[in-house]
Amino acid sequence: MSTANPTAKQSHNPKTAVILSILLAGLGQLYNRRYVKGILFIILEISFILTLGRFLNLGLWGLTTLGTMEGTDHSVVLLIYGLVSLILIAFFVTLYIINVKDAKRDALRIQKGERAPTFREAAGNVWDKGFPYFFVTPGLIMLAFIVILPLMFTVALAFTDYSQYNQPPRALLSWVGFDNFARLFFETGGAGNNIWQDTFISVFTWTIVWTVVATTLQITLGLFLALIVNDPRIKFKRLIRTILILPWAVPAFVTILVFAAMFNDRFGAINTDILAVFNLSIPWLQDPFYTRIALIMIQTWLGFPFVFALFTGILQSISKEWYEAAEVDGANRMQKFKSITLPHVLYATAPLLIMQYAGNFNNFNIIYLFNEGGPAVRGQNAGGTDILISWVYDLTFTLNQYSMAAAITIILGLIVTGFAFFQFRKTRSFKEEGNL
Amino acid sequence: MSRKAKSTLEVTLIYLFLAFMAVIIGYPLLWTVGMSLNPGTSLYSAQLIPDNWSLVHYKWLFTDPSSDYLTWYKNSVIVAVANAFFSVVLTSFVAYAFSRYRFVGRKYGLYAFLLLQMFPAMMAMVAIYVMLNMVNLLDSLIGLTLIYIGGQIPFNAWLVKGYFDTIPKELDEAARIDGAGHLGVFFRIMLPLAKPILGVVALFNFMAPFVDFLLPRIILRNPENFTLALGLFNFISNQFDNNFTRFAAGSILIAVPIAIVYLLSQRFLISGLTAGGTKG
Repeated sequence: MSTANPTAKQSHNPKTAVILSILLAGLGQLYNRRYVKGILFIILEISFILTLGRFLNLGLWGLTTLGTMEGTDHSVVLLIYGLVSLILIAFFVTLYIINVKDAKRDALRIQKGERAPTFREAAGNVWDKGFPYFFVTPGLIMLAFIVILPLMFTVALAFTDYSQYNQPPRALLSWVGFDNFARLFFETGGAGNNIWQDTFISVFTWTIVWTVVATTLQITLGLFLALIVNDPRIKFKRLIRTILILPWAVPAFVTILVFAAMFNDRFGAINTDILAVFNLSIPWLQDPFYTRIALIMIQTWLGFPFVFALFTGILQSISKEWYEAAEVDGANRMQKFKSITLPHVLYATAPLLIMQYAGNFNNFNIIYLFNEGGPAVRGQNAGGTDILISWVYDLTFTLNQYSMAAAITIILGLIVTGFAFFQFRKTRSFKEEGNL
Repeated sequence: MSRKAKSTLEVTLIYLFLAFMAVIIGYPLLWTVGMSLNPGTSLYSAQLIPDNWSLVHYKWLFTDPSSDYLTWYKNSVIVAVANAFFSVVLTSFVAYAFSRYRFVGRKYGLYAFLLLQMFPAMMAMVAIYVMLNMVNLLDSLIGLTLIYIGGQIPFNAWLVKGYFDTIPKELDEAARIDGAGHLGVFFRIMLPLAKPILGVVALFNFMAPFVDFLLPRIILRNPENFTLALGLFNFISNQFDNNFTRFAAGSILIAVPIAIVYLLSQRFLISGLTAGGTKG
């Protein structure tokens, strides 16, 4: 298409098309004489406004005020309406931007004198260009309402005053800014008897210790077992591997509850059958220190088989020639392990190992099922073995401190984002994606 | 010490350590079996190897009129099948788009999946509860299934996308030359070749409702709607030492089939995870 194109229409102005389509979606398309598309856009916009206008209005009002009439307005419901409105508006804005871009593109084409596609061609074009969007949409809608909306709700909740004494529909919630975070970090003792700072510090420290120690132990044990079972002198490998995988195969909630019974102070098998031989009785469920030890041992028991299976697969894939070459160079066993085995194994499994740490950081099941975060500790509102996530559960469902729970959840989310950041860097695909 | 003696000593030590591990692994499992065979219900009087063992608890679970065990089994199977089926459908759609097309928002979508898969459902419990209440799906298996299906998308879409990436693009192109469209490539090339990973996704999502007790606990209220994990948990959550033997019997009946499935498919599961996780 050269400048001498006879059908080129200098008078057709893309700017006009853009302005028209901003005024009302579809007008720009009408100006471009793409009538079917224009009318579709207009119908879409008008029906959107007619059907959802009132809802959006209510939602946005609810989101800003959280209700004004005590007993009538339900702040939590209004909050959710508000967030749903935000998601809908995001969808709508995206459509609007597509509409404006489309009007501009068509106008430019007309200006240059390109032939307008027929309706059939246009429809085919939409199918082609839009295909990934059509395919992603069902999943995206589910994700928006089941994962993203609840997360937004939690974030919003952290900035309100939703607690046991201030519950809708009886009372109205209000926005309180960063008050909840301030209480968490600085409130010590006082009238409410809520010693948030102390509790937060002790729960946070234990969460970190728990994550690092339990996960590292399970990875180390898994690696060690993978190495010794892989030794060529060992026989019955299949049988040994099956036995070692067993703790992974049995549902964890069953084994945790079984362990909880076995560690029972008075009639658990550990105290009555095993330790009784040495005339010992340890208060596994009464003393936070011993509960923590028990939890770490149980998590190691539960977690090593997966790592073991993972490493076994990788070990078998390392070429024997590497080791032979190292032997020729006179390397000893330790050197071979450090320079060949370890880098290989860690490189191939790094993303999954990070997931192990993230998993234990959020390992609600074991903490809750073993001893419900207990034993209770004086002077704080979390149990002696509560990690952040199980503390959040308690605050929500036992103490009804919804806003404080949400504030802690945000902190948790930020830490998890840190894990995810590591994950991005370790996952090869993102490096490969750059070349595409 | 001679080389040979040293080697023998090493091997012996390895076997000893493995035997020790076998005891540690086996003891709790066998202990559970022993408990389930005790005729009494109290943990206190139960013995590891009962003098007068009986199958009374197993019988109770299946035949006693006050036992909901079979209903729970049925509920779990319904949720598991629905979850496995819809998860595979939804995630393979999403993964196909992300693997084979370049579109606006693709990269951010991938980042979002990676981030969201680390966020446990726990973080959003209150909202899930309130929302299900608003749409009247609280205490219903449909509500539970919907949450499972939505929640699994980030992790599994990532896994399946990684697998799709390993299928050579030349195959798509060849199919397109032969006249296959977007859907043709998806149904005739991608799905058949990705069967192993789709199997992994189906299996994981089939298992999830059997072993998860937290979401059911938040969502389900009526014992007739319980899934197995929640029902079993309630055997012991109220009076700890009273129904433990019954809990043991009920647990064994779900743990054994699940363990067998996992043991038979472990290679397949783990290679699927490594493929998706590292390449993906």
